[in-house]
Amino acid sequence: MTGLAMAAALIAAPSFAAPAADAPDPAADLKAFQKYFKDKFPKVKFEDFVNGPYSMDEGLYRQWKEKEEFPPYEFALDLGKELMAKPFKNGKTLADCFPNKGIGVRQDYPYFDTQQGQVVTLELAVNQCLEANGEQPFSYVKDEMAAVTAYMAFTSRGKPFDVRIPDDPRALAAYENGKRYFYTRRGQLNFSCATCHVQSPGERIRAEVLAPALGILNAMPIYRSEWSGMGTTSRRFTSCNSQVRGVPLKPQDEDYRDLEYYLSYVSNGLPISGPGARP
Amino acid sequence: MASSIRVRATANGDTTEVQALIQHPMDSGFVKNAKGELIPPHFIQQVAIEHAGKPVFVADWGPAVSKDPYLKFAFKGGKAGDELKVSWTDNKGATDQLTTKIQ
Amino acid sequence: MNGSSSDRAALSRRVVLQGIAAIAVAGVAGLRFDITTAFAAANDAYPEDAFKQKTEADAIKALYGRTAQASDKVKLDAPEIAENGAVVPVSVSSSLPDVTSIAILVPANPNTLAAAYRILPGTAAMVANRLKMAKTSNVIAVVEAGGKLYSATKEVKVTVGGCGG
Repeated sequence: MTGLAMAAALIAAPSFAAPAADAPDPAADLKAFQKYFKDKFPKVKFEDFVNGPYSMDEGLYRQWKEKEEFPPYEFALDLGKELMAKPFKNGKTLADCFPNKGIGVRQDYPYFDTQQGQVVTLELAVNQCLEANGEQPFSYVKDEMAAVTAYMAFTSRGKPFDVRIPDDPRALAAYENGKRYFYTRRGQLNFSCATCHVQSPGERIRAEVLAPALGILNAMPIYRSEWSGMGTTSRRFTSCNSQVRGVPLKPQDEDYRDLEYYLSYVSNGLPISGPGARP
Repeated sequence: MASSIRVRATANGDTTEVQALIQHPMDSGFVKNAKGELIPPHFIQQVAIEHAGKPVFVADWGPAVSKDPYLKFAFKGGKAGDELKVSWTDNKGATDQLTTKIQ
Repeated sequence: MNGSSSDRAALSRRVVLQGIAAIAVAGVAGLRFDITTAFAAANDAYPEDAFKQKTEADAIKALYGRTAQASDKVKLDAPEIAENGAVVPVSVSSSLPDVTSIAILVPANPNTLAAAYRILPGTAAMVANRLKMAKTSNVIAVVEAGGKLYSATKEVKVTVGGCGG
């Protein structure tokens, strides 16, 4: 009895550097992950975690609210809507590839495709659709891909993340791989994702206020002032790798997809807020 | 091709508040591209807004206005259903305009 | 600066403003908004020269031909620390009567004048926009009201420059 209770306590505690010997327990991870951030920021309303640095800093929050009055991602939204409905050479459309024509489904991505045996993110699904219909795939980092994912996110605004891990060892392995990636240090700066987004959210790295990892993908894709334009999850992952002076992987690399899988899963329950604006 | 201009004009009693968002690079001429070459200046110089055919606001802009520029102002005398026209001209002589109705 | 040249400028501005209603501007959609030659006054075309100035004093002089005095009736709203120098939300409003123009200057930028707005009759003395700031700088709002200039200043810290740096 005591042994079990202790084991349960160990799993529930934020023992992020836990050795691989522990049996993977995503549900417990999720609870621990969310508890960690709620405890660290007791004044932040749960659903506000999706606003990243804006929920961590008053001055940033006000600037963000001013811009949200007429947000800079408006153009991407219009383009995205257009692209979803634009017929391919074979007469089909992007919308046809998605459940419910792509409306209100973003919160279900990524998912583990048991047939393909891999994690399918929204961006991957878009390009798989294009290729399956004989069309040129979009670049993963911006422009059309950002526009389409922006529109799809917009139609899911408010819906809570609902990422599933099916009862399939490969899915569990992908989840664990994503988690491993998240906590592994890399690059000249020797930072892991957790170094900034778990250890130091709300604090500054140089001049930027760090976002908490909880809810960090809910606002994707984002219009970043830094980019003066839109960028996708792929863009953020690759540029983040470069910023810690590591070698970025190719967009939608397996590790990135697994990372997105992990990060999305542990943010289950938080509302989709995309597309978003960021510094 | 969709207009580069998005407008939200709302009448609130006697005052109409206008917000505009324009898609434009607003290149300052000070930024270099990936090859190290300066991207030439390309920015909106004037934005003019008319209510029912009468000018109500003119913006003179330099390249320090942000990309995809935003503008908000307000004027008296408009009401829901009235026409509002927003036009711009840039330093290359390009123009665009949008006519919309006040909500 | 006082003197006949600025009085003439102020007078011609008023004439032009009254003339705007008379001019069939509606017919010139898409063209540059230069006022036609009948009412042409150098300071009502696009103020090209003002946009080239490198100091606050020179920009204000080029735009208005006189100097501004600080006033608490000019309200300037800008963040203390810009989230990013590329997109800094700045707004200006004033309770002064007879406002005809609002200008916003950023002296630490390569060229000081960021934007100038013509407040035509019936239009509120208010404007909100988003500006680029190359680095930490004062932001100065100048309001032309009743022929005189009033200003407000606020320092905005910029940690990531807005010019692509």
